[in-house]
Amino acid sequence: MSKERIKIAPEFYEIMPPEYQDLVNRATYGNDSRGWKDIGTSKELIEEHSLCAGCPESMAFRYILASLPNPEDTVMVGSTGCTSLVFPHVAVHNIHSLFGNQNAIASGLKRALTVRFPGRIKDVVVLAGDGATVDIGLDMTLQAWFRQEKFTTICFDNELYANTGGQESGLMQKGFVAKMAPVGKQFEKVRLPEIARESGCHYVVNCTVSKPSLVEKVIRNAVHVAREIGPTYLQLYTPCILEIGKNSMEGLQEMRDSEKPTERFAYKEYISEPAKQLLAEIAAKEKEKKAAAKEQLAAQA
Amino acid sequence: MDNHSPIGTTNKKGQVITDARKMMFEAPRTPSFFTGSEVIKEAVRRANVDLMIAYPITPQSEAAALCGELFAEGYVKEYFRGESEFAVMSQCAGAAFGGARVFTTTAGPGTMRAMENFPMWAGARLPIQMIVTCRGINSPLSIQPDTLEISYLLQTGMLVWHAETAQDFYDWILRGYMVAEEPDVHLPLALCCDGFFVTHTKDVVNLTPVDMCLPPYDPYRSPVPCMDMECPPVRMMRDPFVMKSNYISYATHASWQQEVWAAVERSRKHTIAWIDGLIETENTDADVLIVSSGTAVSQGREAIRLLADEGIRVGLVKIKSLRPWPWQEIREATKNAKHIIVPEFNVVGWMAREIKASIPDSDRVVSGPRVGGGMTMPPEIIVSEIKNALGIRNAALAGRGS
Repeated sequence: MSKERIKIAPEFYEIMPPEYQDLVNRATYGNDSRGWKDIGTSKELIEEHSLCAGCPESMAFRYILASLPNPEDTVMVGSTGCTSLVFPHVAVHNIHSLFGNQNAIASGLKRALTVRFPGRIKDVVVLAGDGATVDIGLDMTLQAWFRQEKFTTICFDNELYANTGGQESGLMQKGFVAKMAPVGKQFEKVRLPEIARESGCHYVVNCTVSKPSLVEKVIRNAVHVAREIGPTYLQLYTPCILEIGKNSMEGLQEMRDSEKPTERFAYKEYISEPAKQLLAEIAAKEKEKKAAAKEQLAAQA
Repeated sequence: MDNHSPIGTTNKKGQVITDARKMMFEAPRTPSFFTGSEVIKEAVRRANVDLMIAYPITPQSEAAALCGELFAEGYVKEYFRGESEFAVMSQCAGAAFGGARVFTTTAGPGTMRAMENFPMWAGARLPIQMIVTCRGINSPLSIQPDTLEISYLLQTGMLVWHAETAQDFYDWILRGYMVAEEPDVHLPLALCCDGFFVTHTKDVVNLTPVDMCLPPYDPYRSPVPCMDMECPPVRMMRDPFVMKSNYISYATHASWQQEVWAAVERSRKHTIAWIDGLIETENTDADVLIVSSGTAVSQGREAIRLLADEGIRVGLVKIKSLRPWPWQEIREATKNAKHIIVPEFNVVGWMAREIKASIPDSDRVVSGPRVGGGMTMPPEIIVSEIKNALGIRNAALAGRGS
């Protein structure tokens, strides 16, 4: 999408909602160096959200939307759950269709966009909860990876079914007592990051969203690798503070506690050889660009 | 948006993009002897399809594979095998959300497995075309023709047509896109036929020229935004539909469902124009009428011939479109009938129920004969049903020899 497309005709400027005027004037579409640092100084691509106060998922949403390298040509695919309450407020085209079919939707979508816009970049990013990704939708999650579909899958892992009220999910820890696990979950947390690697993902990261800079890095990497090479997978811990008995202010600490080296969300990544090469090339280019900018600045001084 | 008409230009395969009315109604036709599956392929070859997604299930596997050959030849731009019908129908949805003209095929248990997708397709206003080659769905396993699955599709908000012959099939695949993609319709189409009877038998079909194809789908004529980030990504709603205790959300959802069915209604005028009416009739002044759809109509034609030999005159109503449902046409066509015989290839008799709900004096409707699980419907059992209705003594068709 060219930025021209969202411009408001002068005659209609005044009657457009202020949120839209803001989007045209202050959003970061088309800005190569957009990132989490824009939050607070530019118009975010999420207007507001209807999640619980202090929900880590809301932080994750803001960081991810600030970090997408190409939002003006990105289409997102969601699924049913708390995320589906947020997507209507997001200024990137997004699709909700059914529960669990997000990677199938994205497969058709990515191929259609490739047919319709040859030679142009159209990124597709899936964002769904762990019930959608690992339980009801596991088949379609894995099959998209087997087929090497070129899009990013992000799983908001809160280790349970949050939107339906805290039931057991496949990504829940063993022994956790929850609805539908009245004597504690009987089997281990599903090791989806490892399965993702074996299923053909080229970039896999398991982490929390406690650090916006880290979220920015992994989102950019995942989208770039998916665009050029093949499927990528991010599993992000976004605890449901409500269902684990925490307060609004405790989400961040919960994530920090869970990312310690011995904990289940210690940072883990896998990068395939072609993806390593691509990321190195991108890093080299960015370095060059920065050096050139620095030189220019020095020359001006 | 591109306002240049593509009509008259040539695609990569050398086909001239042709005005659909010229192509379907005026262009010369060539008689060809093909199976129903091959006919599907030939129609898709001329349909300017962007994307087809396939999955094997008898009896549609051959057609789905033949469309793969069209991809290899370059007539279909993208094609792959999905992992299940549920996934395939979601993949079709994704492609249609992204602005592509989409084609797929399924059958029987596949239709049932994918069912969750169909109201979603209609609600999202995705003009996907799905061929349904009907087969048995109940246990024990059957791969034989049975139309029970159609009754489930009737409530989804999709357009549902039921082809009798391979010629219907050929014409309706191409015309179906023209109806489904109208801005005031923009709904998915389930184009049904009876498996094996149509898919696996050969028939003479008059084909349009191979060097002509339909105009491409224009996703910007859709009544809802295409999800391609080529139009402003406005915040779609202040409160999501599923927000609890929100009257406006409920009202929006309810009115949208009404709008989907209003779009089905609006498709009537286009359907009538493109497939020459929602029904076809013969001799509706007769006291006895056979009313049905699909190959039950063909068997009805044979029964009419057998009865004519005995001096009994019977008329025929062939229902082509099930959604929109031609209730007015059926009322008009059956107004003189004393006995309305509804032969069906399913155990429940859904067609008879629909007809009973549409006409006055519904005790005129005889729900039968009905065969299920892939049984054939010999014309003799239709003859027998008609004679029973007329109070004519029937020779036993089968018995214990007594």
